[in-house]
Amino acid sequence: MNDAATRKLALSHLWVAFAAFIVACLMGEYQVLERSGFIPALDSAPVYFASVSTHGVLMAFVLTTFFIMGFGYTIATTSLKQPVWNQPLAWGGFGLALFGVVLAAIPLLTGKASVLYTFYPPIVAHAAFYIGATLLVVGSWVWCAIMLVMFTQWKKANPGQAVPLAMFATAANAMLWLWTSAGVALEVLFQLIPLSLGWIDTVDPGLARTLFAWTLHPIVYFWLIPAYIAFYVFVPKQAGGFLFSDEMARIAFIVLAVFALPIGFHHLYMDPEQAKGWKLLHGIGTFVVALPTLVTGFTVIASLEIAGRLRGGKGLFGWILTLPWNNTMVLSVILALLMLIFGGFGGIVNASYAMNAMIHNTAWVPGHFHLIFGGTTIIMYFAIAYYLWPMLVRKPLFSNAMALTQLWTWFIGMVILTTPWHILGLLGQPRRISSVVYNNLLTLAWKPYELAMIFGGLILLGSACLFVYNLAKTQMNPSSEAFAQEIEFAQPIHAVTSLPEYLNSLTLWNKVIAVLMAISFGFPILQFFFMKTFGSSAWGY
Amino acid sequence: MQIEPSKGINHLRDLYAQFNAIHIDQLERRWIAISLMVIGLFVGIITIDALFHGINPPGKVETIDSASLHLSKEFAEDNLGVQVDEKGAIIIRMVAGRYSFFPKHIDVPAETPLTFRWVSMDVLHGVHIPMTNMSTMIVPGYVAEITTTFPKPGEYPLLCNEYCGLGHNHMWSNISVIAKEDWKAPVKSPAKGEQQ
Repeated sequence: MNDAATRKLALSHLWVAFAAFIVACLMGEYQVLERSGFIPALDSAPVYFASVSTHGVLMAFVLTTFFIMGFGYTIATTSLKQPVWNQPLAWGGFGLALFGVVLAAIPLLTGKASVLYTFYPPIVAHAAFYIGATLLVVGSWVWCAIMLVMFTQWKKANPGQAVPLAMFATAANAMLWLWTSAGVALEVLFQLIPLSLGWIDTVDPGLARTLFAWTLHPIVYFWLIPAYIAFYVFVPKQAGGFLFSDEMARIAFIVLAVFALPIGFHHLYMDPEQAKGWKLLHGIGTFVVALPTLVTGFTVIASLEIAGRLRGGKGLFGWILTLPWNNTMVLSVILALLMLIFGGFGGIVNASYAMNAMIHNTAWVPGHFHLIFGGTTIIMYFAIAYYLWPMLVRKPLFSNAMALTQLWTWFIGMVILTTPWHILGLLGQPRRISSVVYNNLLTLAWKPYELAMIFGGLILLGSACLFVYNLAKTQMNPSSEAFAQEIEFAQPIHAVTSLPEYLNSLTLWNKVIAVLMAISFGFPILQFFFMKTFGSSAWGY
Repeated sequence: MQIEPSKGINHLRDLYAQFNAIHIDQLERRWIAISLMVIGLFVGIITIDALFHGINPPGKVETIDSASLHLSKEFAEDNLGVQVDEKGAIIIRMVAGRYSFFPKHIDVPAETPLTFRWVSMDVLHGVHIPMTNMSTMIVPGYVAEITTTFPKPGEYPLLCNEYCGLGHNHMWSNISVIAKEDWKAPVKSPAKGEQQ
């Protein structure tokens, strides 16, 4: 990463991501306060829903997409030791995505797009919202193209050699995102933009939900894969050990990318427009995709154990104590895995077909995805940022102690926020309400949990401020001392000797995905064109 | 001329041999086997329940014109609420619309199978009766049908659980679950225009 131009490219992406993040954190704390009803002056449904729509878009689409792009450019240039292919094009993608964000932000912030980040029709937002979101996705497609070109060029230049694991996973994620975003792109281009501009009179909400479900599961794997990349290629080295298995890591990334796609109907378990057989098929696929996560858990913990024992740890659990807990990457992975265990447990409940009825669209669901996305995924984004920042700005991190405090407070805040949130769901509280006005005794049981969530949110907001402050101070440090450290990728215990071509290339898997998608989405989408359906006209909110 | 299938088999055999040549630790193989068994157990229980015990989420794909429910025979205003059909089954027809469920209040018996038929007259809604599995999305253009049984009598709220507009919080109504022996089938009021 000696190349100043690449560093500027990566930093620009990461700053957009973290600026979106801090704004969205402020909104999150406002939302728990408003929703609790403890401060009557705050009570306003229009402001709340504008805020929650913006919070969702910023966290789920802006933070993630820009972070993944910036991280991808860094991984590609450092692991392949090549400059970014077609740097002007990369800046073009960045500009397009940023322009899209600004275009979508105007209706969001003025209350013209309070449709939440899932924007289910027939409620319709201002057209600028959909067009802006589309440009953000098109900008990210530019990134996908650059990643796949660099992957292919390197393979051509180095025949028979294993593509570095970090780049293999990044390219798999680019392929995954192209497939993933196609579903929502079809929905937005053929249904929502024409409807919002008045070009068509009606859309079928059942078809729209089916296309959105295509995107809705794999998109979370698009967000998660950078965290898994850090687990495999940074954590073992930072802990002072080796990667347990390079080959299993590749298999995990492939299974993750392939099986993330054909399983989106677990979001539609409670929907009337799809038959139960398809739901069961997608449900089984959902359990299959637990496998790469279980493999990842094993590999990461095994790698940590190797490091702990190399550092003198003894006994069954003694090695845990000898891990470098003051290393931000190592602390992050420990906290991330803890949250993954509980979040994964919740996810299995969600995935369990008919059992889903008990928690579907209750407060349990945002509790679940805040824990597993806001917790596991985002804490690894922090860890990656702390690791990369000094190399990107060529200055040492402003404060490691502050970073450790930040990671711990993020974990504690997330536990205090999401535990009551899950319980509220089990107590029947629906998600997506701005206040509790039900005249029912049941709601009395909700109050203490809503109070706890305010404190959880407050701790998270403080933690987020520490994070951004630390990065800003690092960058603005006037010291001119040269910081020469480079990214270190973890080495596997066993060098990769024989790697089948299908574990070093995406061609076969692309075809497998095409077949699986045709099986799992072919008929469920085509049925809308064969049966007599009734479209819905556009509604305000 | 048996070349074609054997070629395919040989190719798969090659792929498998390549796969076997890569290094996977014995411990990790065991872990994968355990993981697959756990996943198989979960999937097996769910599949057996679905296929043999009929435990499924709603999934009857049935369309309806949400814009003209008042003109449809089934969901005309007079026909909503609890009815007992000629076979003795209890059918409950409900309309969701911003911002309530209609009729606003219904009485149903406990420990009796109830078939709910939900439709929306405007946007996307969802309905859940907390502490029960009476949960479904109500998508405009479709009839959401779900059959369930409430084991315990009591007063339950019916809550909208999908964002449907700025008044979403206010979208709820009540349902009284009455002990089986105390419940009386409502007398069907004749639909308008029908012969008395």
